[in-house]
Amino acid sequence: MADIMMWEAIMRAHDEEMANDPMVIAMGEDIGVVGGTYKATTGLYDKYGEQRVIDTPISENGYTGLGIGASFLGVRPIIEIMSVNFAWLAMDQIFNTAAKVRYMSGGQLQAPVVIRSPGGTAHQLGSQHSARMEKVFMGIAGLRVVTPSSPRQAYGLLKSAVRCNDPVFINEHELMYNMRGDVPEDEYFHPLEGSEITREGRDVTLFGYNISVHWCLKAAELLSKHHGIEAEVVDLFTLSPLDREGIRNSVSKTHRAVIVEEAEPAVGVGAEVMAVINEECFFELDAAPMRVSALNVPIPYNHAMEKAALPDENNVVEAVRNMFGV
Amino acid sequence: MIMKDTDKKRVLREMLFARRFEERCYEAYVERNIGGFLHLYPGEEACAFGVLEAAKPGHDYVITSYRDHVHAIKSGSDPKKVMAELFAKETGVSKGRGGSMHIFDVANRFMGGYALVGGPFPLAAGIAKGIQMQGGDEICICFLGDAANNQGTFHESLNMAKIWNLPVLYVCENNLYGIGTRIDRSTAVIDQYKRVSGYNIPSAQEDGQDFDKVFTAASKAIKHVRGGNGPYFLELMTYRYRGHSMSDSNAYRAKTEERMWSDRDPVIMLRDRLIVSGALTLDEYKEMDTAILDEIEDEVIRYATESSEPPVSEVERFVLADNDPWVKGGVK
Ligand SMILES: Cc1ncc(C[n+]2csc(CCOP(=O)(O)OP(=O)(O)O)c2C)c(N)n1
Ligand SMILES: [Mg+2]
Repeated sequence: MADIMMWEAIMRAHDEEMANDPMVIAMGEDIGVVGGTYKATTGLYDKYGEQRVIDTPISENGYTGLGIGASFLGVRPIIEIMSVNFAWLAMDQIFNTAAKVRYMSGGQLQAPVVIRSPGGTAHQLGSQHSARMEKVFMGIAGLRVVTPSSPRQAYGLLKSAVRCNDPVFINEHELMYNMRGDVPEDEYFHPLEGSEITREGRDVTLFGYNISVHWCLKAAELLSKHHGIEAEVVDLFTLSPLDREGIRNSVSKTHRAVIVEEAEPAVGVGAEVMAVINEECFFELDAAPMRVSALNVPIPYNHAMEKAALPDENNVVEAVRNMFGV
Repeated sequence: MIMKDTDKKRVLREMLFARRFEERCYEAYVERNIGGFLHLYPGEEACAFGVLEAAKPGHDYVITSYRDHVHAIKSGSDPKKVMAELFAKETGVSKGRGGSMHIFDVANRFMGGYALVGGPFPLAAGIAKGIQMQGGDEICICFLGDAANNQGTFHESLNMAKIWNLPVLYVCENNLYGIGTRIDRSTAVIDQYKRVSGYNIPSAQEDGQDFDKVFTAASKAIKHVRGGNGPYFLELMTYRYRGHSMSDSNAYRAKTEERMWSDRDPVIMLRDRLIVSGALTLDEYKEMDTAILDEIEDEVIRYATESSEPPVSEVERFVLADNDPWVKGGVK
């Protein structure tokens, strides 16, 4: 095991996949000479050259479409969109082309692109740099959506995504690139479908993904210490397709569920997981499922207001206490 | 490049076939054998045929908008399978999942019809990037309308195609309208080829009704692109005879304007030129036409009619790849 930062894990995945297959390319704004806004493509430009490590113009829909078109011919582009807020501009090509081309061509074409982008809210970046868009991507048929909570997942998910024949959106987080964690020394491919039990527990399941997994883990410790409640934490690293079996298994064991998401509540991960629980294991429930979400506001600049707009471990503890009436 | 009269005769037959094919689509739509949106090509045939006659169909990649039947057929698609697609049959080129706006025939390197105006601009540049990486001598040819040039993708793609020297030919079929909005009401610069100079990309404007002129202009353009000199933009001035789609009554166009363009019918112009040069007689042409109508009825329509629809049980097929091993974390 190597203890490395998330950006190093992502860089290593790029490097291994580019060394393995000459058709793998990296594209995005400032990813080449500069090495990426979050350093995730450091060193690749010098190693693989400008034909394969491409500094793009600031044309999100254009270069995403270009990557998709190249993928029709067997190129495997890893497209970095500098911030998920800018991915709105590429929605046309992601949704109208990448997600649909296999279907509408009757299986003749596929778009094996990887689009990775930091979502989430960092510190005081203001309304237009704080979007959380995973809910938008996970609602579209034909697109896979994964979201790493650790360097190990970031590394292994990117490697599998590059080799998978479907378009994959990887939802990263601006605050997590310097997070450290163990990554296997040997090559490792993380499954693109599933969920992971990050902490075993019997009383309630806390469903998290990406950064909210960490809030769930902290909340679980607090609940155990102060209230004797043993929470199970399930990491939904796949947002599409959701791991229905994993959700059912955990809820069937704990009989209670709290879904923790960084985004506004409407039409979000929490709503979707609740629907899955209803469909899969409604009669296992001892309490109505709850969700912990951001407030329904654009993210403010003021730091106190920003903090108030976002959930954290304390909100999770509070939700669980409400559920148990303690 | 000079083309022999025997070749032109073959092209005339192909163009007339395309005309009759599209007219038959119109009828099939009225008969309710074709549903959804249907955009027809009559009036614009010299564009697709002039350009693709100068290219290597089946070798070069072609991509276009929703007005795509004729481009697919000229790329090598079996007209029976194109019609079967319009009839929503399993034997259709896209297995009945695509429809008129989404004709795909990847074996013939026809990379699809796309419904979002301007969508294919970057896809074409990407296909050209793929060609460049594979090192082949193919080019990508992207046919789009005039109104599509007001999309951001037009500018974004031209810019990228130029800076990365991509082998892509953009063909603008300028039929003067985007649905019912005439070009001078939507677009600051009427001559589309001039808009490209801002990206330092060579371009030309040509009479899109005259097969010979299109062929010559396209030959030059293709030579440029295939020679590794980067992108080229060819604007062809043309006109569609029918409404934008089947729901369009065409009320926004002056009858005098329509007459002016029908006097310059690309099929008739090529026919008359061959008659004048002595390579064709009017009787021969009429026989050709009758044979085409018979072929469309007896083979194309019959095939589409007799084919079966895709099984509804397969509605969830083709959403994602089947049994992709990497979904489970690989095949170590
Ligand atoms: C992004 C988008 N906006 C609007 C439409 C509706 N629409 C379909 S065709 C069309 C006009 C396009 O005109 P042009 O590019 O000149 O092509 P033509 O139909 O004349 O061949 C419009 C507005 C669409 N399909 N996609
Ligand atoms: Mg037009």
